[in-house]
Amino acid sequence: MTVSPDTPAKQARRTGLPLGWLGLLPFALFALLFLILPTMNIVVGAFQTPDGSLTFQNIANLFQPSILSAYWISIRISFATALLGCVIGFGIAAAVTLGNLPAGLRGPVMTFSGVASNFAGVPLSFAFIATLGRLGLVTVLLREWFGINLYSLGFNLLSFWGLTLVYLFFQIPLMVLIVTPALDGLRREWREASDILGATGAQYWRMVALPILTPTLLGTFALLFANSFGAVATAYALTGSSLSIVPIVLFAQIRGDVLQDPHLGYALAFGMIVVTGIANGLYVWLRAKTERWTV
Amino acid sequence: MKPKLWSWLVFLIGFAYFALPLIGTLEFSLRKRRGEYSLDAYAWVFEDPQFRETFGYSVVMALLTIVFGMLLVVPTAYWVRLKYPRLRPLFEFITLLPLVIPPIVIVFGYIRLYNTSSFLPMTGTTFGTNMLLMFGYVTLSLPYMYRAVDTGLRTIDVRTLTEAAQSLGAGWVTIIGRIILPNVLIAVMSGAFVTFAIVIGEFVLAALLNRPAFGPYMQLIGANRAYEPAALAVIAFAITWFCIGLMQLASRMTPQSRAKRS
Repeated sequence: MTVSPDTPAKQARRTGLPLGWLGLLPFALFALLFLILPTMNIVVGAFQTPDGSLTFQNIANLFQPSILSAYWISIRISFATALLGCVIGFGIAAAVTLGNLPAGLRGPVMTFSGVASNFAGVPLSFAFIATLGRLGLVTVLLREWFGINLYSLGFNLLSFWGLTLVYLFFQIPLMVLIVTPALDGLRREWREASDILGATGAQYWRMVALPILTPTLLGTFALLFANSFGAVATAYALTGSSLSIVPIVLFAQIRGDVLQDPHLGYALAFGMIVVTGIANGLYVWLRAKTERWTV
Repeated sequence: MKPKLWSWLVFLIGFAYFALPLIGTLEFSLRKRRGEYSLDAYAWVFEDPQFRETFGYSVVMALLTIVFGMLLVVPTAYWVRLKYPRLRPLFEFITLLPLVIPPIVIVFGYIRLYNTSSFLPMTGTTFGTNMLLMFGYVTLSLPYMYRAVDTGLRTIDVRTLTEAAQSLGAGWVTIIGRIILPNVLIAVMSGAFVTFAIVIGEFVLAALLNRPAFGPYMQLIGANRAYEPAALAVIAFAITWFCIGLMQLASRMTPQSRAKRS
């Protein structure tokens, strides 16, 4: 834009303009006070001693066996639920979009996915206790009808695989919600063109469809990873404090149950920001790369 | 074309995985009376004064969150579209941050930043803590609220409407309250229902700020009762289903999706 002498039109427009930034002030203030500053407070605190001077000791303190193992189990659970969520969710989305199921199924599947992806937290853990707990419906029926005792076979809801099974209840639907539009974006012409050129179904998927979908799939994987990494309520209601995953350790720390050093809490939280930040940064980046395919 | 076998197989396995916990919960919630099905667990829940208090508290919180979120987001999204379109990516990024930063970290920051010895001692009084919790919920709902409103604004010609209103002598409050808001109301509603579903069962913020909300109540019942948690889960699931159903209805009614489908 060039600076030109004031035309009447410009003058008229200007009457509202100089204070235009005031319109953004409430939101900026809100975001600063309740999103940015609290987070900065944690990040800065992770590098401070109790009297306020700079230190890396808090971060270094994260590298003790109990905390490392908490991060490790959190990362493993998040990885497993993200991976299985992606694979199974992809399967369901593919069945609904490409598998020639009755058209009437699609609407209910999408609606249910919307509900189930929001049905996390405390009630979800109740649902699984009522189903696969020691007195749960499936546990009892398997024992009475087939003589299979899940718990004597080593199954436990309050374990790595138990938690993974529970988390999948909101991970799979999230994948279905995200990947269905992407599958719709695969154009029929691409399939027909590859058929005409003599490609098999497997070749079409390996050389055409999957390369196009890869950024979406990887991006969704990152989103699911962060989604499960930050989840507290489900695990807490399910296991109490018995399973040491990072959010639970942090929750107990904030409540003042364990750990002596408050600044270790900052470092724990900072570690969580770093992990979910990386996962989501990946998501945003890959999302931008896919944009050109979703015509 | 005939349905493919594998697609039925995948669908049925998925169906079983999602249906069994729901059936299991429903069945479990009816088992309180020995030897027969009954609604005793539900009766216990509904008669529990704590249920009524915490549920009422969370409903009020959810409504306040929606109203405050609307007052914050609608004028901002409108203003950004009208005056600062170049800042849109920045606002989208900020409003997506609550998905990146885990809620437990955000509330940890609140507790440290607004404790009794800080510059803004919100946690010092019950009212202040309630406000802080509400602001926290607004923050959690930002990704859904902002996107819903921004999508709604895309379907109307913001500039023309504004200039038309201005030429008729309308001020900013009139423009936003009587022109823009009614036009994006359906979009706002779809954001509002998701917000309601999130707030009503939220646990971490309420537990760490020590407020008597529905989420911590459910957790408490889960730790102390046998059949009542299942009844609560059924109730919570019904609420979620209701909210998301209304949200989908609302988003189906927006002009933009109508145009897309035709």
